[in-house]
Amino acid sequence: MTGGLMSGIETGKPERGPDEREHGASGHGHHGDADVSKLGMWLFLFSEILLFGTLFLVFAVYLHMYPIDFRDASAELSIPIGAMNTLVLLTSSLTMALAIAALAGRRKKLCMLLLAVTVLLAFTFLTIKGFEWDAKFHHGIYPKSPDQVNWPPGRVVFFGLYFLMTGLHGLHVVIGAGVILAALLLVRAGGDRDRTAFVSNTGLYWHLVDVVWIFLFPLFYLTH
Amino acid sequence: MGEAKTRAPGDGKRPDHPVPYAVYVKVWLLLLVLTATTVGVRFLDMHKFAVFAAMMIAAVKSTLVVLYFMHLRYEKKATIPIMMAAVLVIYGVFVSLTFTDYLSR
Repeated sequence: MTGGLMSGIETGKPERGPDEREHGASGHGHHGDADVSKLGMWLFLFSEILLFGTLFLVFAVYLHMYPIDFRDASAELSIPIGAMNTLVLLTSSLTMALAIAALAGRRKKLCMLLLAVTVLLAFTFLTIKGFEWDAKFHHGIYPKSPDQVNWPPGRVVFFGLYFLMTGLHGLHVVIGAGVILAALLLVRAGGDRDRTAFVSNTGLYWHLVDVVWIFLFPLFYLTH
Repeated sequence: MGEAKTRAPGDGKRPDHPVPYAVYVKVWLLLLVLTATTVGVRFLDMHKFAVFAAMMIAAVKSTLVVLYFMHLRYEKKATIPIMMAAVLVIYGVFVSLTFTDYLSR
Protein backbone atom coordinates (compact mmCIF):
# COMPACT_ATOMS: atom_id res chain seq x y z
CA MET A 1 0.00 0.00 0.00
CA THR A 2 1.65 3.20 -1.09
CA GLY A 3 1.26 6.51 0.67
CA GLY A 4 -0.37 7.98 -2.40
CA LEU A 5 -3.10 5.36 -2.54
CA MET A 6 -3.68 5.52 1.18
CA SER A 7 -4.09 9.29 1.16
CA GLY A 8 -6.33 8.92 -1.85
CA ILE A 9 -8.65 6.66 0.10
CA GLU A 10 -8.66 9.01 3.03
CA THR A 11 -9.75 11.93 0.90
CA GLY A 12 -12.31 9.81 -0.90
CA LYS A 13 -10.49 10.19 -4.20
CA PRO A 14 -8.31 7.18 -4.86
CA GLU A 15 -5.74 7.74 -7.58
CA ARG A 16 -7.28 4.72 -9.29
CA GLY A 17 -10.94 3.98 -8.87
CA PRO A 18 -12.27 0.47 -8.45
CA ASP A 19 -13.42 0.27 -12.03
CA GLU A 20 -10.21 1.51 -13.59
CA ARG A 21 -8.43 -1.77 -13.11
CA GLU A 22 -10.50 -2.94 -16.04
CA HIS A 23 -8.32 -1.36 -18.65
CA GLY A 24 -4.92 -2.51 -17.52
CA ALA A 25 -4.43 -5.08 -20.27
CA SER A 26 -7.57 -4.90 -22.34
CA GLY A 27 -7.65 -1.24 -23.32
CA HIS A 28 -10.12 1.58 -23.02
CA GLY A 29 -12.97 -0.05 -24.89
CA HIS A 30 -13.26 -2.66 -22.20
CA HIS A 31 -13.15 -0.04 -19.49
CA GLY A 32 -16.06 1.74 -21.15
CA ASP A 33 -18.08 -1.48 -21.24
CA ALA A 34 -17.58 -2.01 -17.53
CA ASP A 35 -18.63 1.59 -16.86
CA VAL A 36 -21.76 1.22 -18.96
CA SER A 37 -22.78 -2.10 -17.40
CA LYS A 38 -22.32 -0.57 -13.96
CA LEU A 39 -24.47 2.39 -14.92
CA GLY A 40 -27.13 -0.02 -16.21
CA MET A 41 -27.04 -1.90 -12.93
CA TRP A 42 -27.47 1.32 -10.97
CA LEU A 43 -30.45 2.34 -13.14
CA PHE A 44 -32.06 -0.98 -12.27
CA LEU A 45 -31.23 -0.46 -8.59
CA PHE A 46 -32.85 3.01 -8.67
CA SER A 47 -36.07 1.40 -9.91
CA GLU A 48 -35.77 -1.10 -7.05
CA ILE A 49 -35.30 1.73 -4.56
CA LEU A 50 -38.51 3.36 -5.78
CA LEU A 51 -40.36 0.01 -5.76
CA PHE A 52 -39.48 -0.76 -2.15
CA GLY A 53 -39.62 2.95 -1.26
CA THR A 54 -43.25 3.09 -2.34
CA LEU A 55 -44.07 0.06 -0.18
CA PHE A 56 -42.31 1.72 2.76
CA LEU A 57 -44.47 4.79 2.14
CA VAL A 58 -47.61 2.63 2.22
CA PHE A 59 -46.37 1.16 5.50
CA ALA A 60 -45.76 4.66 6.90
CA VAL A 61 -49.27 5.84 5.99
CA TYR A 62 -50.93 2.83 7.65
CA LEU A 63 -48.65 3.14 10.67
CA HIS A 64 -49.96 6.69 10.93
CA MET A 65 -53.57 5.50 10.58
CA TYR A 66 -53.41 2.49 12.94
CA PRO A 67 -50.58 3.18 15.42
CA ILE A 68 -52.06 0.97 18.17
CA ASP A 69 -52.85 -2.02 15.91
CA PHE A 70 -49.40 -1.79 14.33
CA ARG A 71 -47.71 -1.67 17.73
CA ASP A 72 -49.62 -4.73 18.96
CA ALA A 73 -49.00 -6.72 15.77
CA SER A 74 -45.30 -5.79 15.73
CA ALA A 75 -44.97 -7.12 19.28
CA GLU A 76 -45.81 -10.59 17.89
CA LEU A 77 -42.67 -10.66 15.73
CA SER A 78 -39.54 -11.99 17.39
CA ILE A 79 -36.81 -9.37 17.79
CA PRO A 80 -34.04 -11.99 18.31
CA ILE A 81 -34.98 -13.73 15.04
CA GLY A 82 -35.14 -10.44 13.17
CA ALA A 83 -31.83 -9.31 14.67
CA MET A 84 -30.21 -12.63 13.80
CA ASN A 85 -31.32 -12.30 10.18
CA THR A 86 -29.95 -8.75 10.15
CA LEU A 87 -26.61 -10.10 11.37
CA VAL A 88 -26.65 -12.81 8.68
CA LEU A 89 -27.42 -10.38 5.88
CA LEU A 90 -24.91 -7.72 7.01
CA THR A 91 -22.24 -10.42 7.18
CA SER A 92 -23.16 -11.65 3.71
CA SER A 93 -22.70 -8.09 2.45
CA LEU A 94 -19.22 -8.09 4.00
CA THR A 95 -18.24 -11.39 2.37
CA MET A 96 -19.59 -10.10 -0.97
CA ALA A 97 -17.54 -6.89 -0.74
CA LEU A 98 -14.47 -8.90 0.28
CA ALA A 99 -15.01 -11.30 -2.63
CA ILE A 100 -14.88 -8.39 -5.08
CA ALA A 101 -11.73 -7.04 -3.41
CA ALA A 102 -10.18 -10.52 -3.57
CA LEU A 103 -10.97 -10.80 -7.28
CA ALA A 104 -9.44 -7.38 -7.92
CA GLY A 105 -6.38 -8.65 -6.06
CA ARG A 106 -6.33 -11.68 -8.41
CA ARG A 107 -6.91 -13.99 -5.48
CA LYS A 108 -9.36 -16.20 -7.31
CA LYS A 109 -9.57 -18.99 -4.75
CA LEU A 110 -10.28 -16.56 -1.94
CA CYS A 111 -12.88 -14.83 -4.09
CA MET A 112 -14.65 -18.13 -4.81
CA LEU A 113 -14.59 -19.09 -1.15
CA LEU A 114 -16.09 -15.74 -0.14
CA LEU A 115 -18.79 -16.00 -2.82
CA ALA A 116 -19.65 -19.50 -1.58
CA VAL A 117 -19.94 -18.18 1.99
CA THR A 118 -22.21 -15.38 0.72
CA VAL A 119 -24.53 -17.91 -0.96
CA LEU A 120 -24.52 -19.99 2.23
CA LEU A 121 -25.49 -16.92 4.28
CA ALA A 122 -28.27 -16.13 1.80
CA PHE A 123 -29.70 -19.62 2.37
CA THR A 124 -29.27 -19.21 6.12
CA PHE A 125 -31.35 -16.03 5.91
CA LEU A 126 -34.05 -17.82 3.90
CA THR A 127 -34.10 -20.77 6.29
CA ILE A 128 -34.58 -18.51 9.32
CA LYS A 129 -37.26 -16.57 7.43
CA GLY A 130 -38.96 -19.84 6.48
CA PHE A 131 -39.16 -21.01 10.10
CA GLU A 132 -40.48 -17.59 11.08
CA TRP A 133 -43.23 -17.65 8.45
CA ASP A 134 -44.06 -21.25 9.32
CA ALA A 135 -44.58 -20.34 12.99
CA LYS A 136 -46.88 -17.50 11.91
CA PHE A 137 -48.88 -19.85 9.63
CA HIS A 138 -49.39 -22.23 12.58
CA HIS A 139 -50.88 -19.33 14.55
CA GLY A 140 -53.34 -18.65 11.76
CA ILE A 141 -51.42 -15.61 10.59
CA TYR A 142 -51.19 -15.64 6.81
CA PRO A 143 -52.76 -13.68 3.95
CA LYS A 144 -56.50 -14.39 3.65
CA SER A 145 -56.49 -16.41 6.88
CA PRO A 146 -60.07 -17.13 8.07
CA ASP A 147 -59.09 -15.70 11.49
CA GLN A 148 -58.77 -12.29 9.91
CA VAL A 149 -62.48 -11.51 10.28
CA ASN A 150 -61.90 -11.09 14.00
CA TRP A 151 -58.78 -8.94 13.61
CA PRO A 152 -58.72 -5.17 14.01
CA PRO A 153 -58.18 -3.50 10.60
CA GLY A 154 -54.63 -2.32 11.38
CA ARG A 155 -53.56 -5.87 12.19
CA VAL A 156 -54.82 -7.16 8.83
CA VAL A 157 -52.85 -4.43 7.07
CA PHE A 158 -49.72 -4.98 9.18
CA PHE A 159 -49.47 -8.68 8.46
CA GLY A 160 -50.53 -8.16 4.85
CA LEU A 161 -47.63 -5.76 4.40
CA TYR A 162 -45.36 -8.03 6.43
CA PHE A 163 -45.89 -10.96 4.07
CA LEU A 164 -45.82 -8.76 0.96
CA MET A 165 -42.64 -6.89 1.84
CA THR A 166 -40.62 -9.68 3.48
CA GLY A 167 -41.85 -11.96 0.67
CA LEU A 168 -40.71 -9.56 -2.06
CA HIS A 169 -37.44 -9.10 -0.21
CA GLY A 170 -37.10 -12.88 0.17
CA LEU A 171 -37.64 -13.26 -3.58
CA HIS A 172 -34.75 -10.84 -4.07
CA VAL A 173 -32.61 -12.96 -1.74
CA VAL A 174 -33.44 -16.11 -3.76
CA ILE A 175 -32.56 -14.37 -7.04
CA GLY A 176 -29.45 -12.87 -5.43
CA ALA A 177 -28.27 -16.29 -4.25
CA GLY A 178 -28.71 -17.63 -7.79
CA VAL A 179 -26.80 -14.76 -9.38
CA ILE A 180 -23.97 -15.02 -6.83
CA LEU A 181 -23.75 -18.73 -7.59
CA ALA A 182 -23.52 -17.86 -11.31
CA ALA A 183 -20.77 -15.35 -10.48
CA LEU A 184 -18.93 -18.06 -8.57
CA LEU A 185 -19.07 -20.40 -11.58
CA LEU A 186 -17.94 -17.61 -13.94
CA VAL A 187 -14.98 -16.81 -11.72
CA ARG A 188 -14.11 -20.50 -11.60
CA ALA A 189 -14.29 -20.72 -15.40
CA GLY A 190 -11.89 -17.81 -15.30
CA GLY A 191 -10.34 -15.87 -18.10
CA ASP A 192 -12.06 -12.77 -19.28
CA ARG A 193 -12.01 -9.51 -17.38
CA ASP A 194 -15.77 -9.32 -17.88
CA ARG A 195 -16.04 -11.54 -14.84
CA THR A 196 -15.01 -8.57 -12.75
CA ALA A 197 -17.86 -6.48 -14.13
CA PHE A 198 -20.34 -9.31 -13.56
CA VAL A 199 -19.17 -9.96 -10.02
CA SER A 200 -19.15 -6.22 -9.21
CA ASN A 201 -22.71 -5.78 -10.49
CA THR A 202 -23.80 -8.85 -8.52
CA GLY A 203 -22.30 -7.18 -5.46
CA LEU A 204 -24.22 -3.95 -6.10
CA TYR A 205 -27.48 -5.90 -6.31
CA TRP A 206 -26.69 -7.90 -3.18
CA HIS A 207 -25.87 -4.79 -1.15
CA LEU A 208 -29.16 -3.22 -2.19
CA VAL A 209 -30.99 -6.30 -0.92
CA ASP A 210 -29.13 -5.69 2.35
CA VAL A 211 -30.16 -2.00 2.40
CA VAL A 212 -33.83 -2.95 1.97
CA TRP A 213 -33.59 -5.30 4.96
CA ILE A 214 -31.87 -2.55 6.99
CA PHE A 215 -35.18 -0.64 6.75
CA LEU A 216 -37.51 -3.68 6.94
CA PHE A 217 -36.06 -4.86 10.25
CA PRO A 218 -36.72 -1.80 12.45
CA LEU A 219 -40.07 -1.02 10.78
CA PHE A 220 -41.64 -4.44 11.28
CA TYR A 221 -39.83 -5.76 14.35
CA LEU A 222 -39.19 -2.64 16.40
CA THR A 223 -42.31 -0.47 15.97
CA HIS A 224 -43.70 -1.31 19.36
CA MET B 1 -8.33 -10.48 7.11
CA GLY B 2 -5.04 -9.52 5.47
CA GLU B 3 -4.02 -6.03 4.53
CA ALA B 4 -3.84 -4.91 0.94
CA LYS B 5 -0.86 -6.30 -0.90
CA THR B 6 1.97 -3.86 -1.16
CA ARG B 7 3.45 -2.77 -4.43
CA ALA B 8 6.89 -1.39 -4.94
CA PRO B 9 6.84 2.35 -5.52
CA GLY B 10 7.14 3.32 -9.14
CA ASP B 11 6.87 -0.18 -10.57
CA GLY B 12 4.00 1.06 -12.67
CA LYS B 13 1.66 -1.77 -11.67
CA ARG B 14 -1.91 -1.29 -10.62
CA PRO B 15 -2.72 -1.70 -6.95
CA ASP B 16 -4.28 -5.07 -6.28
CA HIS B 17 -7.46 -3.48 -5.11
CA PRO B 18 -8.32 0.07 -4.25
CA VAL B 19 -10.03 -0.58 -0.92
CA PRO B 20 -8.17 -2.57 1.76
CA TYR B 21 -10.07 -5.51 3.27
CA ALA B 22 -9.75 -3.86 6.68
CA VAL B 23 -12.00 -0.98 5.57
CA TYR B 24 -14.83 -3.41 4.81
CA VAL B 25 -14.38 -5.20 8.12
CA LYS B 26 -14.51 -1.88 9.99
CA VAL B 27 -17.67 -0.81 8.15
CA TRP B 28 -19.22 -4.20 8.96
CA LEU B 29 -18.36 -3.81 12.66
CA LEU B 30 -19.89 -0.33 12.64
CA LEU B 31 -23.05 -1.77 11.03
CA LEU B 32 -23.27 -4.39 13.80
CA VAL B 33 -22.89 -1.69 16.47
CA LEU B 34 -25.65 0.35 14.81
CA THR B 35 -27.90 -2.73 14.66
CA ALA B 36 -27.38 -3.26 18.40
CA THR B 37 -28.10 0.45 18.92
CA THR B 38 -31.38 0.31 17.00
CA VAL B 39 -32.50 -2.70 19.07
CA GLY B 40 -31.40 -0.93 22.28
CA VAL B 41 -33.18 2.30 21.40
CA ARG B 42 -36.42 0.35 21.06
CA PHE B 43 -36.30 -0.49 24.78
CA LEU B 44 -36.03 3.18 25.76
CA ASP B 45 -39.45 4.75 26.16
CA MET B 46 -39.32 7.08 23.21
CA HIS B 47 -42.93 6.72 22.04
CA LYS B 48 -43.45 8.69 18.87
CA PHE B 49 -39.75 9.34 18.38
CA ALA B 50 -38.95 5.62 18.40
CA VAL B 51 -39.83 5.17 14.71
CA PHE B 52 -38.01 8.37 13.82
CA ALA B 53 -34.88 7.26 15.72
CA ALA B 54 -35.01 3.80 14.12
CA MET B 55 -35.29 5.37 10.65
CA MET B 56 -32.38 7.71 11.32
CA ILE B 57 -30.18 4.78 12.36
CA ALA B 58 -31.33 2.79 9.31
CA ALA B 59 -30.45 5.79 7.11
CA VAL B 60 -26.95 5.93 8.59
CA LYS B 61 -26.51 2.17 8.07
CA SER B 62 -27.69 2.39 4.45
CA THR B 63 -25.37 5.32 3.80
CA LEU B 64 -22.44 3.25 5.06
CA VAL B 65 -23.41 0.33 2.81
CA VAL B 66 -23.86 2.56 -0.23
CA LEU B 67 -20.67 4.60 0.32
CA TYR B 68 -18.31 1.74 1.14
CA PHE B 69 -19.73 -1.63 0.06
CA MET B 70 -21.27 -0.16 -3.09
CA HIS B 71 -18.20 2.02 -3.67
CA LEU B 72 -20.10 5.27 -4.16
CA ARG B 73 -17.42 7.03 -2.15
CA TYR B 74 -14.79 5.92 -4.63
CA GLU B 75 -16.65 6.89 -7.79
CA LYS B 76 -14.44 9.06 -9.97
CA LYS B 77 -17.31 10.44 -12.01
CA ALA B 78 -20.25 12.31 -10.53
CA THR B 79 -22.84 10.52 -12.72
CA ILE B 80 -24.05 7.88 -10.28
CA PRO B 81 -23.95 10.12 -7.15
CA ILE B 82 -25.98 12.78 -9.00
CA MET B 83 -28.53 10.18 -10.16
CA MET B 84 -28.70 8.82 -6.63
CA ALA B 85 -29.38 12.33 -5.32
CA ALA B 86 -32.11 12.75 -7.95
CA VAL B 87 -33.77 9.48 -6.92
CA LEU B 88 -33.72 10.54 -3.27
CA VAL B 89 -35.23 13.94 -4.16
CA ILE B 90 -37.99 12.22 -6.18
CA TYR B 91 -38.67 9.89 -3.27
CA GLY B 92 -38.69 12.90 -0.92
CA VAL B 93 -41.38 14.47 -3.13
CA PHE B 94 -43.46 11.24 -2.95
CA VAL B 95 -43.19 11.16 0.84
CA SER B 96 -43.87 14.85 1.45
CA LEU B 97 -46.83 15.03 -0.93
CA THR B 98 -48.35 11.86 0.55
CA PHE B 99 -48.02 13.10 4.12
CA THR B 100 -49.19 16.61 3.25
CA ASP B 101 -52.40 14.81 2.37
CA TYR B 102 -52.66 12.34 5.26
CA LEU B 103 -51.45 14.68 8.03
CA SER B 104 -53.92 17.42 7.04
CA ARG B 105 -57.02 15.22 7.16
